[in-house]
Amino acid sequence: MSDLIKFKIDGVECMAESGKYIVEAAADNGIFIPTLCNMKGVKPKGACRICTVRINGRLMTSCTTPVTDGMEIESHSEDIQELRKSIVELLFVSGNHFCPACEKSGNCELQALGYLYQMMVPRFPYEFPLKPVDAKSAKIIKDQNRCIFCKRCIKTIKDEEGRSYFAFRNRGHKLEVVLDEEMGNKIDDATAQLAMENCPVGSILVKEKGFTVPIGKRKYDKAPIGSEIKL
Amino acid sequence: MKNTVNQIVEKYGSDPTRLMDILIDIQESAGYISKEAIGLLSQLLHMSQVDIEQTITFYHFFSSKPQGKYAVYLNNSPVAYMFGREAIKETLEKETGIKFGEVTADGLIGLYDTACIGMNDQEPAAIINNKIFTRLTPYRIREIVKHMREGKDMDELRNESYGDGKNNLPSLRSMVSSNIRRKGMILSDDYNSGTVTREILPKISPEAVIAEIKHSHMRGRGGAGFPTGLKWEFCRRAKGDKHYVICNADEGEPGTFKDRVILTEKPELVFEGMALAGYAIGGDEGILYLRYEYRYMKNYLYGVLQQMRDNGLLGKSISGIEGFDFDIRIQFGAGAYVCGEESALLESLEGKRGEPRDKPPFPVEKGYLGQPSIINNVETFATAVRIIQNGGEWFTQFGTDDSTGTKILSISGDCMFPGVYEVNWGFNVEDMLDMVGAYEVQAVQVGGPSGTLIGPAEFHRTLGYSDLSTGGSMIIFGKQRNLLKDVVVNFMEFFIDESCGSCSTCRNMTQVMNNKLKKILSGKGVEADLIDLKTWSKTLNASRCGLGQTAANPIVSSLKNFPHLYNELIQKDKEFDEGFDMEKSVQAACTFVGRVPNFNHH
Repeated sequence: MSDLIKFKIDGVECMAESGKYIVEAAADNGIFIPTLCNMKGVKPKGACRICTVRINGRLMTSCTTPVTDGMEIESHSEDIQELRKSIVELLFVSGNHFCPACEKSGNCELQALGYLYQMMVPRFPYEFPLKPVDAKSAKIIKDQNRCIFCKRCIKTIKDEEGRSYFAFRNRGHKLEVVLDEEMGNKIDDATAQLAMENCPVGSILVKEKGFTVPIGKRKYDKAPIGSEIKL
Repeated sequence: MKNTVNQIVEKYGSDPTRLMDILIDIQESAGYISKEAIGLLSQLLHMSQVDIEQTITFYHFFSSKPQGKYAVYLNNSPVAYMFGREAIKETLEKETGIKFGEVTADGLIGLYDTACIGMNDQEPAAIINNKIFTRLTPYRIREIVKHMREGKDMDELRNESYGDGKNNLPSLRSMVSSNIRRKGMILSDDYNSGTVTREILPKISPEAVIAEIKHSHMRGRGGAGFPTGLKWEFCRRAKGDKHYVICNADEGEPGTFKDRVILTEKPELVFEGMALAGYAIGGDEGILYLRYEYRYMKNYLYGVLQQMRDNGLLGKSISGIEGFDFDIRIQFGAGAYVCGEESALLESLEGKRGEPRDKPPFPVEKGYLGQPSIINNVETFATAVRIIQNGGEWFTQFGTDDSTGTKILSISGDCMFPGVYEVNWGFNVEDMLDMVGAYEVQAVQVGGPSGTLIGPAEFHRTLGYSDLSTGGSMIIFGKQRNLLKDVVVNFMEFFIDESCGSCSTCRNMTQVMNNKLKKILSGKGVEADLIDLKTWSKTLNASRCGLGQTAANPIVSSLKNFPHLYNELIQKDKEFDEGFDMEKSVQAACTFVGRVPNFNHH
């Protein structure tokens, strides 16, 4: 018990083990902070910025900032919520996310956050960028229209030698996440399946197989994202 | 090919953290990095091909296809345009018969755009095969293209006309001018290299060095202004197997070039400062991270380092101090502005994409290879030597209370005497404009695109950390310039190109805002668009690094200080404009089906 520390989120007293990342410490206390790029057990890289909170007047990502004793965190204030909503909208307009035609609908974290923040029409103009669908691999379809650059596939999908199947290409607005052509052809079924599951959106699909659960009965069809955390 | 790649990989100990060096060597030996080379690297370094490609495609100067025997990189900063870049570009395209982004059919010449190359005081300028060509004119371009066709080597191409100062040295031989206009403690010639190392360090402890730097109240010269003494102290206290001293010479902020001048004229002072820092924090290895645009200095700087080793200023037991071992190597970047951000620089040093790290942990705790590291600007290291020579107290007499010492400014644009000026902090903008001979000034870009654009109403303001903070870039725009079209759009496109892309905010918001700016420039804007620009820019505050957080500054600061420029462009009689021409958009479809677009007459 000695390394339990106290902190506050939006004025609510919380306790956690020292050194835990804020997002996890919050979840342990029944408080949901939205994430997209974060995955439990994987080294965080604050890329999506959805989990931004304010600490001592500074914006910090709660997936990368460890909680400290006495920390006061602002998470559900109006401007932080607005920031998160605008990030969701930015992701929608910068790609081509057509939910009704997407295999991931109902299991998609981006779509679920769109609902959570009651996004109607994004405030930003749609860019409708021309993006390719890479179907060269025998096992995997990489649909660039839906990629949100969370890096989850890059960080988690590796072969037995630790080499990455996926990587970034280019930078800035031209950024892509691409699948290694040679390794992508040899990927085994289980790894391909894991890649699809780890993708928060419908950018990585396993070929010749849809989803077993029909639309309407999927995770976020039943309850909004974050429901499992909220007390 | 196979042998070359093998040798290069071996030269760097098959170490994936030296991937930058490996790629630079391959690029320079073959002129590009082929698919075959990537395949070989993948096997030798046990990395997937896409993993190697993600580093290659991050950096502007790496290429996966041949760049031409002569690869011409023409700077596209606003000042280049102000001094005739358009004519240079036209002449290049006419003489070579190709467009920018292409290579001639015989593979001889390739033409490319590139962001500010640190020659703003002698534009238009270009880099050809790692050599710098300044003050270009259409005549000179015709001459250069003719010589390239004749197959002349680079030294002949340079026409034996060398720049001023140490640019004349046989080891440097560069057309670049130093343009030193005003000297202070850093640029003055009254310091004998090695004085501090030989005469002072044997007498004082590392802690005393840090105390003296703290007493001087010096803050980092790169722009962020963190107290240098404190940084060194944190690093000294941090536990690690090794402590590193890293000099940030990636000056990529458009309009700055003072580090280029310091490294040309006073490299010994910078290297002595790094050794001094090594003594203070207990580190024996220093790395100069130098932007690839300054590759032309490579042999010169290696020569200086060797001379310092020969003189006992680097090496083992320096000045006879037991345990004071220190040496320096040079790591080149490969064209990425974001690598000037200290944690992105560390990633690049480790052979990776220059994506900034999440902080904490800070580099003083976990820096290069996870070890405690200090990263300071070129000017900071040079200044530290003068502080230890004369004492922290002496230093505080220069500048102001919160900004002590001198600052070297890179001044360019519409003025009589562009160049570097070393002034005391606290100098005001009005005096600065008079000093450089700038008349009929419309605006000054203080601190580069990530800084602020100010107009005459603010010229009374002073340079310092509490007022106008700057890493040194000062670009002057005369009355004749179109600020929004020629400056703000250029800077926004710079940020769009240079974003690492990691954060959703910086990757997308810069593009969204630039599109909106273009809508306004096309005459389609309304009042609501100006409000959107102001509100939307706040999203960028949630970005990880300084680049992202300041990426909308060209729009935000011009909107704040030059609102009339925007108000003149927007439509006053409309509340909403979708920003595109419906009739024009459907014209092709209508022509195809034989109909006339008709939206207004139903």
